[in-house]
Amino acid sequence: METVKLTIDKKSIEVPKGTTIYKAAKQLGIDIPVLCYMELKDLKIENKPAGCRICVVEVEGRRNLAPSCSTDCAEGMVVKTHTMRVINARRTILELILSDHPKDCLTCAKSGRCELQDMAVKLGVRNIPGQEYAEMSTYRIDTSPSIIRDLDKCIMCRRCEMMCNKVQTVGALNAINRGFQAVVAPAFEQNLEKSTCTYCGQCVAVCPTGALTEVDHTPKIIRALSDPTKTVLVQTAPAIRVALGEEFGMEPGTIVTGKMVAALREIGFKYVFDTDFAADLTIMEEGTELLSRLSRHLAGDKSVKLPILTSCCPGWVNFFENNFSDMLDVPSTAKSPQQMFGAIAKNYFAQKMGIKREDMVVVSVMPCLAKKYEAQRDEFKVDGNPDVDFSISTRELAHLIKEFNINFNDLEDQDFDRPLGESTGAAVIFGATGGVIEAATRTAYEIQTGKKLEKVDFKELRGMEGIRSATVDFNGLPINIGIAHGLGNARKLLEDVRSGKANYHAIEVMACPGGCIGGGGQPLHHGDISILKARTEAIYREDAGKPVRKSHENEYIKKLYEEYLGKPMSEKAHHLLHTHYFDKGKKDIYI
Amino acid sequence: MSHIKVELKKEDVAKLKEICKSFNNEAGELINVLHKAQSYFGYLPAEVQEVVSAELNVPVAKVYGVVTFYSYFTMLPKGQHPISICTGTACYVRGAEKVVDEFKRVLNIKVGETTADGKFSLGCLRCVGACGLAPVVLIGEKVYGRVSPDGVKDILKEYE
Repeated sequence: METVKLTIDKKSIEVPKGTTIYKAAKQLGIDIPVLCYMELKDLKIENKPAGCRICVVEVEGRRNLAPSCSTDCAEGMVVKTHTMRVINARRTILELILSDHPKDCLTCAKSGRCELQDMAVKLGVRNIPGQEYAEMSTYRIDTSPSIIRDLDKCIMCRRCEMMCNKVQTVGALNAINRGFQAVVAPAFEQNLEKSTCTYCGQCVAVCPTGALTEVDHTPKIIRALSDPTKTVLVQTAPAIRVALGEEFGMEPGTIVTGKMVAALREIGFKYVFDTDFAADLTIMEEGTELLSRLSRHLAGDKSVKLPILTSCCPGWVNFFENNFSDMLDVPSTAKSPQQMFGAIAKNYFAQKMGIKREDMVVVSVMPCLAKKYEAQRDEFKVDGNPDVDFSISTRELAHLIKEFNINFNDLEDQDFDRPLGESTGAAVIFGATGGVIEAATRTAYEIQTGKKLEKVDFKELRGMEGIRSATVDFNGLPINIGIAHGLGNARKLLEDVRSGKANYHAIEVMACPGGCIGGGGQPLHHGDISILKARTEAIYREDAGKPVRKSHENEYIKKLYEEYLGKPMSEKAHHLLHTHYFDKGKKDIYI
Repeated sequence: MSHIKVELKKEDVAKLKEICKSFNNEAGELINVLHKAQSYFGYLPAEVQEVVSAELNVPVAKVYGVVTFYSYFTMLPKGQHPISICTGTACYVRGAEKVVDEFKRVLNIKVGETTADGKFSLGCLRCVGACGLAPVVLIGEKVYGRVSPDGVKDILKEYE
């Protein structure tokens, strides 16, 4: 490998050719401040538009300052990262960015977690010269079911554009206009709702300021909790318990299931249930659907569609409704665990407890922003009453816990309520890429072969590679499994399926890189991939620690079928637990 | 940016596809395609951008981003009588700005816009090489020299 030698702040270093000054400096322990730059290393995601110029450094013999994030090291280069010229330039740049930025930091949704605010603190900017005369851009605020765009706060780092286009290949957001009016927006500056946006929330997850934030459902939840006529239930997704602790200063990967349950009870939820219960239920329905399609396929039925695609991820559902409307009969018809939970809560559980549907409020805690959109889809409502009333992100739950003055770190562990709080290890792993299909395999294998699995861990299905495939031996019958996380990877996989190049029986897709643990509603990782890895490891630790690790062995799931649903894919199950998809391919058209 | 809704005729769509095809439907040729499209249609309404987007397999948001970045591209049709006011140095120091303001006031449009009846559009340009006549206004091909704000109404009367 060709290398170059250079000195940075009088320290010598040798790096491979093509290494940027920023990365070389990092190796020397020199932290050059960056604002627009972002890297998710293992996912091969890098944003370096050299747009903000905060990272400028002085290079001897070069006339102007060099943006270190996008300037490659050269042989014999002499770099200085904090000369007076550099310090003054950084300050001026930040002052200029701030001169066109709203001053509502006190009430901004990003306050306290804003990278622009942090940078102003770091660079010691205390006033903005000439600001009283400065021009300000003025954009309207766009509120969708999941995401709020407040573009006056956009600083054109273009991280969202990179996530939306390069990583997710959704293409909803792009830089538009120029100069003061330059922002990132959908085509023709329409609302997100009219664009191809899937609400995956990856743009929100990387936005350094308050330009992109989630729709906050916590005020509505507090109102419901204060209404004595309402019974308020909560369900928590698998990925919450391995990430929530970060919001309270705990190490990434700390499992806080028990504290989370205790906090939710403290807040005042009458029943604290687990989406994991519904994840087990999903496996019963989706697994049965897989086996039914598979056996018909093996019997020579040409009308049956394979591969079967998982349908738990609402960002993914939106994506295929937008982009693969010719393949709407391919995904499983099983609802997502969030919606299965809602349907079971507002029918089975409501009847059991004698609670009227309109008096029951179902809240979900999700690592996801697309779940907010999913909850309000018309097909998941009965006479206008949604199965899931409100959906909050992990971040919103952390806010709620702080607002209720709960000392989270000191809480004693508590357990979920029954019956909808009982779950298996198979349900927990829904939170990581490859987990749903592993859970489905555990159940489908035993049902198909009639044999007991010797080991339930399918390590070949785990990992961080964007597209993975594995063949699982179902007692002589090879089952080809595909896995994709990140919508760009999903697109590649689906295009191979469409063209007949790929030959899979089942495919799992998660919209967010890493799966739900990297969801758009999770604590912000600010580009630190080790956090995602720690969450994934925690998911598998939680699974390994569960006494029951196969969905079909969940006693309460068995009881639910005995008492209420009959068997998987029964008429009742179909009515409550399955859905259908819509062609949304005509989106983004200006009308 | 404000929009005008248009319905593309079949032959317009065919022409657009032909333009895209002449650049092998390559995404990298987006700017060239838009140039050709604008010289054919006179402007780039949303509907034209959507066809280009589909043909080149580029998100509409990206096409719109390019259209709004370059001042050459416009999403509004030029008026029947396009007005161009020179704001080059000579015209500027002799009061072109006031002339611009008067046109804006009388026509009730901004620079870059077209009147609702489609009759006039207003634009600025830099130096037409007739500095002796400053400030200069062009309407279509016709040149008006030494224009003062008071004369604007009379000039426009010629086109009623």
